[in-house]
Amino acid sequence: MTKPKEVTDAQFEGEVLKSKTPVLVDFWAPWCGPCRMVAPLVEELADEYGSKVKFVKVNTDESFNTAASYGIRSIPTLIMFKGGQPVGQVIGFRPKNDIKREIDKALAS
Amino acid sequence: MDKESDIVIAGGGPAGLAAGLYAARALRRTVLLEKGVIGGQISLTERVENHPGVEAIGGFDLAQTMLRQAESYGLETNSAEVLGLERLDDLWVVKTNHGDYRAKAVIVTSGADYNRLDVPGEERLTGRGVSYCATCDAPFFAGQEVVVVGGGDSALDEGMFAARHVAKVYLIHRRDELRAGRILQERAFADPKFEFVWNTVVTEVLGEEQVVGVRLRDVASGEERVLPVAGVFVFIGHHPNTAYLRSLVRMDEGGHIVVNEWMETDQPGLFAAGDARSNSARQVVTAAGDGATAAIAAERYISSSFPVE
Repeated sequence: MTKPKEVTDAQFEGEVLKSKTPVLVDFWAPWCGPCRMVAPLVEELADEYGSKVKFVKVNTDESFNTAASYGIRSIPTLIMFKGGQPVGQVIGFRPKNDIKREIDKALAS
Repeated sequence: MDKESDIVIAGGGPAGLAAGLYAARALRRTVLLEKGVIGGQISLTERVENHPGVEAIGGFDLAQTMLRQAESYGLETNSAEVLGLERLDDLWVVKTNHGDYRAKAVIVTSGADYNRLDVPGEERLTGRGVSYCATCDAPFFAGQEVVVVGGGDSALDEGMFAARHVAKVYLIHRRDELRAGRILQERAFADPKFEFVWNTVVTEVLGEEQVVGVRLRDVASGEERVLPVAGVFVFIGHHPNTAYLRSLVRMDEGGHIVVNEWMETDQPGLFAAGDARSNSARQVVTAAGDGATAAIAAERYISSSFPVE
């Protein structure tokens, strides 16, 4: 299992916005039950996509500025970034195939 | 090819997980189907403090423990949404978005879901300022103003949780008095962050990418106005998730499935437990009790209707 890297406010620009590969960011918090359901799905997807997509996590309690600047109002929220821009998002717990579809859409765009 | 089993359980909340535990321990091949999050409503509950034998536990952790326990005895869980049910000879065919399942008995534990406002903007802005869970989402509205819609216990309970994070809570209620219990009412009236807006309904949620306000209508005068807020928290009751069973099984006026004390419906081999059934006390522990009862009844039904030759 590939554990997505935890990224803070300070690291967000370097790890996500300047990344050459597309990035899926998992916004989560420890108190959020559905976030803990999404986490293993994201880990499986990280294995499946390998080096094609980078997977990271942002803890919204600790990195509140990043969460606020992308208008996070509910977690889990997954946002797909490409070339520093958000190009797709999944709000709330959704089955793995729905997340996959969003990633594939972003990769194809 | 249809998947075959002895018992299919439709729904993975406390009722379904308890039914799964009992059915699996009776060595019946049992499949539990859940479309969303295992645990259902309790997985969104911050703390469960009224489950006998467990002093306090996070709702999500309680659900995961129930799941692990049931799976350790052989319960199989699949992610699928149940779309319908059909009788085929002496079996049930459970139609889902991931194919059909055949079973000798079916236990419906599909629970209840929160009611929506059904106004323009609500669906588009869900997760973008519209929320049905203050304990989940209120921290994202720190220092901002929000509305809470409803007048029952959960509206006040969740509203007061939200008030710990936000600058102000407007409580929008369509009547001029609350349905909530007295203790909660007194606490809410004393909360300096609460402002009550009586005899008023939300007619539209405003905003493009994010909620920027709500349109309100005074039900007496018909007058409309816009209230700028960042969040809309909706607590206007629940409805049972039984639409897919309509006209197949006897229900009460609210759409709850009518059962006897063994959780038997008016259809052979079809049982219902938890919030989806009529006259449920709607508690974790009563749902789990229902689930255990339904599984024992289903086991008896299978033993008598499908004798081993």
